[in-house]
Amino acid sequence: MTTSPDRVRRFHLQIDESADGSRRIRFRGSLVLLELEHVTAQLQVLGERPFAGHTSLDLQDLEYVDSAGAMAILDLAEKIKAQSGSCPIDHASPTVQGLLNLIDIQALNQPPLIGIGGQQDFITRLGDGFLEFLRDSSQVIIFLGEIIIDLLAVCIRPRIVRWGDVILTMKRTGVEGLPIISLIALLLGLIIAFMSSLQLRQFGANIFVASLLAIAMVRELGPIMTAILVAGRSGSAFAAEIGTMKVNEEVDALTVMGLNPMHFLTLPKVIASLIVVPLLTMYANLLGIIGGLIVGVTLLDLTAYSYIQETRNILTVFDFVSSYIKTLVFAFLIAAIGCQRGFQVRGGAAAVGQATTSAVVAAIFMIIVVDSIFAIILTYIPR
Amino acid sequence: MKTADAEPIIIVEHLRAEFGDNLIFRDVSFQVKRGEIFVILGGSGCGKTTLLKHLIGLYRPTAGKVLVNGVDIVAQDPSEMEQVRKGTGMLFQAGALFGSMTLAENIAVPLQQYTNLPAKIIDLIVRMKLSLVNLTGYENHLPEELSGGMKKRAGLARAMALDPPILFFDEPSAGLDPVSAVELDLLIKGLNAALGTTMVIVTHELQSIYLIADRIIMLDKETKGIIAEGDPRELRDHATEPKVSNFFNRKPAGEEYIRLAQKLRLEMTLVETRRGG
Ligand SMILES: Nc1ncnc2c1ncn2[C@@H]1O[C@H](COP(=O)(O)OP(=O)(O)O)[C@@H](O)[C@H]1O
Ligand SMILES: [Mg+2]
Repeated sequence: MTTSPDRVRRFHLQIDESADGSRRIRFRGSLVLLELEHVTAQLQVLGERPFAGHTSLDLQDLEYVDSAGAMAILDLAEKIKAQSGSCPIDHASPTVQGLLNLIDIQALNQPPLIGIGGQQDFITRLGDGFLEFLRDSSQVIIFLGEIIIDLLAVCIRPRIVRWGDVILTMKRTGVEGLPIISLIALLLGLIIAFMSSLQLRQFGANIFVASLLAIAMVRELGPIMTAILVAGRSGSAFAAEIGTMKVNEEVDALTVMGLNPMHFLTLPKVIASLIVVPLLTMYANLLGIIGGLIVGVTLLDLTAYSYIQETRNILTVFDFVSSYIKTLVFAFLIAAIGCQRGFQVRGGAAAVGQATTSAVVAAIFMIIVVDSIFAIILTYIPR
Repeated sequence: MKTADAEPIIIVEHLRAEFGDNLIFRDVSFQVKRGEIFVILGGSGCGKTTLLKHLIGLYRPTAGKVLVNGVDIVAQDPSEMEQVRKGTGMLFQAGALFGSMTLAENIAVPLQQYTNLPAKIIDLIVRMKLSLVNLTGYENHLPEELSGGMKKRAGLARAMALDPPILFFDEPSAGLDPVSAVELDLLIKGLNAALGTTMVIVTHELQSIYLIADRIIMLDKETKGIIAEGDPRELRDHATEPKVSNFFNRKPAGEEYIRLAQKLRLEMTLVETRRGG
């Protein structure tokens, strides 16, 4: 008769040694998982210490046993058998016997079908890491190429894109990103204007705060800061969304329905980013300059008119065009890398998390690299 | 062991459940006896999963009482809940294995959390559980590397890690081929016989109901409660409620489907005329 494990008395082992040198190990009470903690050490000793005579196990007084307990009994019997040839298990009740029969002790010692990756030395891991980086880079480049081809296809057949999704992504990436971008751009403008004025004031060159800030914002800070914010807000979201769809086999479902996941998922995001990120950047530039204007008017005794005039004089069309092109490249990279990391997801929830992190890190890395390249090229372009 | 006078291990009294304005159960009462295989039946969307989640304390009822092993689940006293959780296991509809862990790690989670056993013993227990569900050798596989039926069995091994006296199953054989399904049924039946585990199972599969169920309750969407309770074979042969007998005899309930079946001259109509004639 099975009784509930929580109402039976504690388990203990009793060892009867008889005159003829044999011993009998009696299991008394109830042997359940939690009891196993207390008797593991004792069982280990019984199983491993050599014993000359014959050993048998007696389950007469075993009141209840669960599968962990049954396993412990079989394991002990097996170890003793290995030493002294035999170890009968006596007086098992039908219930206990049924449980003992259920457990296949041989299976416990079978090696796993596949191993787990062993420890490798430093050089091997370094090499693996480098190869992984190369593989990853080539995958990203292939993916970017596919997107470019698809974007050209869109120009010919606009119908392949779901424009509703484009609008939705524009809203998520653009409109919903405005508050944080406003805040950071304005503060950035205020801080740069304030910090530079501390130096420039010494030379009576207050008015150059305006030109310094305008050039810094439009050429570098506006595009970079916006791109990093978008990578953090939206690039990660793209990766998480597509990654989760991948895990749930939704991407496979799209393919089976004859819908190209690339057209369905990637293109709307890339197109929306290409539209929205330049707009966000211009907005950030404007707010940064407004931040500078506030500092100029309140702290530096400049008039709003002279500040704006100075800003207009220093900025050229070339600045705007080059900044716009740079921003387009950023937008493309953020969206494409986000999607690519999403499609790479294999496995479960943890993989989605990794893809999201990697989307942000890779996008920011690419933003910095591309920005440096632009800086060099723009220096050598005659204007 | 499975006599009618066995004591109840789960007691549900006047359970009322609603999501916002959506009333799921009006007044549900039943008991599950220690050591029996108890099956919850019903059409899709009638609240089987919801009922199961009330039994394990994931949802709280609007009114009524749920006692599991003598503990009032509705009160949700933290230390009592921990006791209940240790004493229950659940096999989720899709397995719910942790995707980033190997099978061995998945099964070891509750063992590491609730016991102080040395790693060697935990490893041994994990292998034993895997062999119980016929997955010997798969300890280093990731869930994604397994078929649906294997995932279900691995989920069962994890649910059984602590040898809980009560196991809950949400549609264990859904999505399995008939062979894997009947193998899982036999596994459930075997574990029930050997370990005396009380099993509460949600399923639709008639064959598996006849094979494993000691007692069933049938839920209904319109009634928002239980419309039948008892031995499945008895209900098949003697149920008077049309919804119940339709279910057990696999007959459509809607007028339009009956007409469609006649038009298609489906086997069931033939069987019926043959029986009638
Ligand atoms: N978390 C939830 N929130 C709101 N409604 C729910 C929730 N879970 C289930 N429902 C509703 O409860 C009803 C029963 O659902 P469920 O228990 O999943 O049915 P099934 O019997 O198919 O398992 C459905 O109408 C469903 O819409
Ligand atoms: Mg369900």
